[in-house]
Amino acid sequence: MAERAGVEVRLENLQRHYGPVTALNDLSLTIAPGELVALLGPSGCGKTTALRLLAGLEQADGGRVVIGGADVTTVPANKRDVGMVFQAYSLFPHMVAWENVAFGLQMRKVGAAERKRRALEVLDLVGLAPYANRYATQLSGGQQQRVALARALAIRPKVLLLDEPLSALDAKVRSRLRDEIRRVQLEVGITTLFVTHDQEEALAIADRVGVMNAGHLEQLGPPTLVYTRPATPFVAEFVGLTNRLTGEVKFGMVEVRGTQLPLVQPNEPQGPAIALVRPEAVSLATDGNMADGPLVGTVIAVAFLGATSRVTVDLGGGVTVLAQMPTSAAAGHPAGTRVRLALRDDPVLIAREEKAPVDA
Amino acid sequence: MAAVTQSFQRTRRQKLQVFRGVIFVAAGLFFLVPLFAMFEFTTRGRLLTDPRNLDAWKSIATYPDLIAAIVASVELAAITSFAMLVLLVPTMVWVRLRLRRLNRIIEFICLLPLTIPAIVLVVGLVPMYQWMGINFSDSILTLAFAYVVLVLPYCYRALDAGLSSIDVKTLSEAARSLGASWFTVMVRVIVPNISSAILNACFLSVALVLGEYTIAQNLLYNNLQVEIALLGRANAGVSIAVSAASLLFAFVLLVLLSLFNRGRGRLRLDDLKQVMRTERG
Repeated sequence: MAERAGVEVRLENLQRHYGPVTALNDLSLTIAPGELVALLGPSGCGKTTALRLLAGLEQADGGRVVIGGADVTTVPANKRDVGMVFQAYSLFPHMVAWENVAFGLQMRKVGAAERKRRALEVLDLVGLAPYANRYATQLSGGQQQRVALARALAIRPKVLLLDEPLSALDAKVRSRLRDEIRRVQLEVGITTLFVTHDQEEALAIADRVGVMNAGHLEQLGPPTLVYTRPATPFVAEFVGLTNRLTGEVKFGMVEVRGTQLPLVQPNEPQGPAIALVRPEAVSLATDGNMADGPLVGTVIAVAFLGATSRVTVDLGGGVTVLAQMPTSAAAGHPAGTRVRLALRDDPVLIAREEKAPVDA
Repeated sequence: MAAVTQSFQRTRRQKLQVFRGVIFVAAGLFFLVPLFAMFEFTTRGRLLTDPRNLDAWKSIATYPDLIAAIVASVELAAITSFAMLVLLVPTMVWVRLRLRRLNRIIEFICLLPLTIPAIVLVVGLVPMYQWMGINFSDSILTLAFAYVVLVLPYCYRALDAGLSSIDVKTLSEAARSLGASWFTVMVRVIVPNISSAILNACFLSVALVLGEYTIAQNLLYNNLQVEIALLGRANAGVSIAVSAASLLFAFVLLVLLSLFNRGRGRLRLDDLKQVMRTERG
């Protein structure tokens, strides 16, 4: 397949309101040529709105959309040169797979023979050439989304937009197709915006992850950084699991149940606070003194997650803490075991608001 | 115990089949006996002792007013169906895409003619047609304006069912993102996927127009039904023959439509089996 170098995409101070509701609040985002950025966030955070504004399916109330240096804010969707894969199955039911893929080429006045050749070429890229003559109803959900991906790529767009394309698929197909999307994206080198509410999907596929909340970007960075160094309490709590443990900020550290932990933002004001501690920063021990103490408790549940397990420990007084560890390590702490917790001295974020804390 | 259950189920199935057969025959007789009676009446000779003949059917072509009325009614049916589609399909698609809050209002407006008796409708239409006769045209084809209103409730329901069976918004947006204009979206994407609903709507529209009497009679236009009524006073045999022919025409249309729909249904079932085989493989 002939390749097209990716272009830079810029969303500048985008605003979008639906009546009194603000869907996008001054959103700015730059995607480098050939980069895959995943927008992650809860329902209603504005991630799909951002994608639809980029596609031209909605008009912004303010701000600019720039694709490859050209301002396309007022350009209609059919003139923007973007390919899009939708959350819902969107194949045209009256066309077979190759006709679906060739549709965009026909809109671009490509000749019939060339159209079919290119459609089959892209179907081959997504591994569906043998299914070229099947209707959408003759394809499984995963196959339909792969044809939709081929259809979006066939027009050789400047930007590829993926609007939760895997959410309707079962876990196994989702994982396989996720890898395939990444492979194809790297092979074609197309600038891609991927919208999802599934953090595992975003962290696995993207060059950079943008976490959105209430219409703005809370953090944009490589997946490892977003996970290990969340910029805000919202990011810490949305990406991965977090224990909320009460403590006190003193002299650039936070003291949590007798343990001193460093802070991500050392200039936090002194006083009572809630420390956000990842479950993998919590380890368990059963040796030594098991007398009552601030970090001694009883295992109440062990959730098997495959290679790792999540252990829930009751510290008493309605306080529970999650600890995540290799399954082999968790096997030594069945429910009912008395354990002593240890908190790894990773820098932690501080939340000030009382939001259903784990530690009361 | 299992044998008793199986026997009970077999008896129940047989009873159900007999019941279905009885209903089928009763419904068939209900529709066919009047048709047969019409055919029998139109083939009678002048006297009871005369042999049967097709004179009434053959003489249809010898009544120029009747032929003109048939042509006018067929033209009206075509114009009404076309105008109804041009008016309803884009409106309903647009409401689904952009103005969902107007959905109820559009539905109410479209269903309104159903609640107004045709004779009442005529009272409102008379002054309009008087004005139209003076300033625009007094052709019988102007009845199409009234007929479009008349068929709205039935066609709205048929098209609404078709549009509900597809994801109009996603398909339109997918086509738009691939470079299609709104016109292309409508003609290449939406219409082919609601073709069955469009056929249904057209059939209802044709059936209503071919059978319409009240409005045409009161606005002093001679359409098929008015002409049949007039002819009935002069030659009952020909009048009944034309009625039977128009009924048969509607019946053939209905059969063709059901065959078309059944073909589509069978395709979907085969598709489902194929997908299941693929996924098992």
